[in-house]
Formats: sequence, C-alpha cells, structure tokens
Amino acid sequence: MVTGVGPIVWGMSSAIEVSGLRKAFGDKVVLDGIDLVVASGTVFSLLGPNGAGKTTTVNVLSTLMKADGGSARVAGHDVDAETQAVRSAIGVTGQFAAVDELLTGRENLQLMADLHRVSDAGPVIDRLLERFDLVEAAPKMVAGYSGGMRRKLDLAMTLVGDPRIIFLDEPTTGLDPRSRRTMWDIIRELLADGVTIFLTTQYLEEADQLADRIAVLDQGRIVAQGTPDELKRQVPGGHVRLRFAGPADLDRAAGLFPDSTRDDETLTLRVPGDGGTESVRVLLNLLHDNTIHPEDFSVHTPDLDDVFLALTGRSSAEVVK
Amino acid sequence: MTDSVIMLRRNFKHVVRNPTTVFNAVLFPVVIMLMFVYVLGDAFNVGENYVDYATPGLMLLAICYGLSGTSTAVASDMTKGIINRFKAMDVGRGAVLAGHVSTTIATNLVAVAAIVGVAFALGFRSSGGFLDWLGVLGLVLLTSFATAWITVALGLAAKTVEGAGMATVPLIMLPFFSSAIVPADKMGPGIKQFAEYQPFTPIIETMRGLLAGTPSAGSAIAAVAWCVGIALVGYLWSTSTFKKRA
Repeated sequence: MVTGVGPIVWGMSSAIEVSGLRKAFGDKVVLDGIDLVVASGTVFSLLGPNGAGKTTTVNVLSTLMKADGGSARVAGHDVDAETQAVRSAIGVTGQFAAVDELLTGRENLQLMADLHRVSDAGPVIDRLLERFDLVEAAPKMVAGYSGGMRRKLDLAMTLVGDPRIIFLDEPTTGLDPRSRRTMWDIIRELLADGVTIFLTTQYLEEADQLADRIAVLDQGRIVAQGTPDELKRQVPGGHVRLRFAGPADLDRAAGLFPDSTRDDETLTLRVPGDGGTESVRVLLNLLHDNTIHPEDFSVHTPDLDDVFLALTGRSSAEVVK
Repeated sequence: MTDSVIMLRRNFKHVVRNPTTVFNAVLFPVVIMLMFVYVLGDAFNVGENYVDYATPGLMLLAICYGLSGTSTAVASDMTKGIINRFKAMDVGRGAVLAGHVSTTIATNLVAVAAIVGVAFALGFRSSGGFLDWLGVLGLVLLTSFATAWITVALGLAAKTVEGAGMATVPLIMLPFFSSAIVPADKMGPGIKQFAEYQPFTPIIETMRGLLAGTPSAGSAIAAVAWCVGIALVGYLWSTSTFKKRA
C-alpha cells in the first residue's frame, strides 16, 4: 500500500478518497498513480478521451476490479478490504446499459427491489417510472427500448437501493441532445437530494455544466484538477471570431485588439477571450464605438481538444491511437 | 427470498419468454421422440416394445437438449453489463450461478415430464413401482444438476454467446452415442466401446431398470458416481472461471 501522496486531507466530509492508485493490464499501464478527493454531496467529473483510464477508475472504485497499488476509500470504507460495506453504499451505472432485455421495465426495477430487499416496492417503482418518464414503457420488454430509454432505466435501477454515492460512467455517450438534457436534469436532482456523484465524461461541456470539480485524466495520470473555472483559465483556445466586409475594416479592428491574429485571405480576426457575456459585450461595444461592423461574429469556447492540447501538448484524437 | 431464488425467477422468465429456448428444451425432444418411436421404431429390433426401450434414453436426451439454453444464458449474462450490476450490488456469484443451475433443472423437469407424458400416449408401459419412479426422479434431478454445472462452466468459459451455444453441441450429441436409441452392442467397433463406457449409458441403464421394475445396483452406482464427478468438475470449473472473469 502506498500512503497518501500530495495534499490529500482525509476526513469525514469526503465521499471518495483515492491515493496513488495504480493498475496495469499486462504491460499496459492504465492507471499510473491517481490521487483525488471527492467531497460529499458534490459532483466530481473525471474528464478524458477514450482509453484514458476512466472506466478502470470507476471499476476499481466500485469494487469490480482490484487495483495493483495505492489505496481508495469510498464512503469511508477501503474498497479492497471492505467491499461489502462499499457495495452497500454505492450505485453504479456503467457505460453499457446494464438492463435485462428479456424483462419489462417494471420487472427490471422489481428485480432490483427484490435484491435490495425493499419491502413494499410498488410505490418506489411507480415514483421512479414517473421520474424517468418511463410509465408508458414500463409494461414493455426492454429489448424494444431506445438507447435513451435504456440509460434512463439503468439509472432508475441504480436508484432503487437509494445509494448515497453514485458512479456514472459516461452516462450520456451516444445519447441524442434531448436525452442528454434529461440526464443532466436528473443528475442535478440527485445532487439536490444530497447524493455524491462521480461522473466520467468525454465532453468538457458536460463536466462544465454539472461538476463542482473536474479532474482531467490522460494516459492514466491526472494532468489537471480544479473547479471548471480554474481549469478553463488554464486552457487557452477560447476566442471570438470576427469576419469583415473588407480589408479596411479588418485593419482597423486588428488595431483595436493587439492580441488578435488576423487572416487576410478570409478577412477574419481571432480575438482571444473566455467567451463570457461580459467580455463579449466589451468587445462589441468597442467595435460599435469605432463604427466597425463585422459581417459575421461567433464565439468559440475551449473544448476537450483545447484542454488536451493545452495540458498535454497532444490532441485527444492522438491520445486514442 | 434468497438471492438464488430471485435469480431463478428472473432466469425462468427468460426461458418462458424465449420461444427458441422453449422449443429446444421441451418441444424438440418430443419431436425426436415421435420421429424415433413413430417413424423409425418398427425398424429397430431391440427385443422389446421400442417405446419401452427408448423412453429412458429420450428422457436423458431431453435433459441434454435443455442445456444449450443454459450456456447461452450464462454467456449472455457475462457479456452484457448486467453481471457488473449484480456484482456491484453484492449479489453473490453463488446466487448468479445457482440461479442458472436451478433454472436448468426446472426446465429439464418440464421437458422430462413432457417426454414421459408422450411416451404413455405412444403405448409406453412401466412395471416399476412407486419407489422405482422415485428413483427415476432422483436420477433425473441428479443428472440435470450435474450436466447443468458443466454447462454453466462452458457458458462462463465461452468468449461469445454463439460460442457458448456451440460448446454444448457435444453434450447434446452424446446421448446418440450411448444406449439411448439402440443398444450399444449393436454399434460398430470403436463406437460400441465408447457407448459402453461413456457416462450416459449407466444413467440410462439405471433408469431403464427402474422403469422396468428390475433395478440394477451396478449401473446405479456407476450412474451416481459419474453424476457426482461431473457435478464436482462443473462446479469447480464454474467458480474458478467466474472469479477469473470477475
């Protein structure tokens, strides 16, 4: 066992505490010493591309896999030595919907209620079906459900046992935008109920929307950790793009923003900035005061690629290879 | 309600809702029975009424035909996310596997009952008394239990659901190379010796003896020994594979 590395405060208020976690499959090192702390009642997001080690982290923390080194405590219990206590405190919704296709939606929830020994499960199941908008689909076989419905049922099944810590492994990957919004709303509701959520995602926007803290995982190492704002400050790449009618306007605008980069061919100007409403207002006011009228205007916020480029010097696509 | 019972109920719903499984496990043995007894039976000279000779063998065949559904069900549990959900919920591996074994036994009992029912309709007559029939039931349960554990192990060892289905083919073919359909001594060299010494032959001979009211202690001991051995190997193989895959 490796003892705590880095500024980790062990305390009652943290739901998950991980220190020096390592895992390799054969020669391939998947987790190369991970340290993180998740405060109770918060959303923690592990952000990274495919193959970064997100699912392995979830598997270790949810007792499905044993780590090679380091230590992890979930709900105050050691994942290695007190698996049963950990399992009774957590709920896991994996990347691939863990639903029973040959049962109906209601039977899936009933199965969970039976396994959790929930007495009088009827009202609990009704409430979950209602909450996840699955009342109509409840008597139907899950084999006929859409991807979004499966994910919702999957999460509903996880909630039957009323877990206080929930692991969500890429809960919105492959979902259409509407289902993604629904999932986000549900996650926010859970948070309001005081549940701690450990969320993995490939989408910076998702982490930004939901997480209190984000850790960026790259090739088994955490390369950055902080609040969404702290993280974005480290990441350049956000900019406002202006396109002008002619070279004269471009010249004048370029004079106003010394940090900007100009492209004479396309008559565009790239002005670095965080893309927030205040900075955009200032920028537009400045253009207005100087009677410069851009033809076209767009705000670009940093995405996962920018984060990776900034933190690792490689794009996320290269990491996958 | 224990976890195993919850799992049994879940798996049994699967069986009932999957027409292919029901067909393979229950209807197909009956079809084979009708084919052998009705179509081919008169051509076999086994020294007695053919339906009386073939019924014990067909009961065993019914058990074997129920197994392909078990291995695919186990493999499908293992390849889909649901097994991780059970594991993270602290549902014991014992419960998951015992659920599959007990579902197989339940399905087998239905299939064997169907075979016995059709046998009587085809003119089968037994001279066995109540205790003999009890012995038959006991041996059916034991055989089903033993082959179910081996099949669960095959399902766990398979990489894909299709592979799991294929892995049970030898088990399904095995009754044909025993004294189930025709006596072993009528078979060609090589096959004959194989049929005499393979595990299903003493099981079938024991059932045949019990149903005829003339039980043979020798084959009964061999049958029980084979079943216990097969069950033990299946159980140990299953639990070690499950641990490895978990």
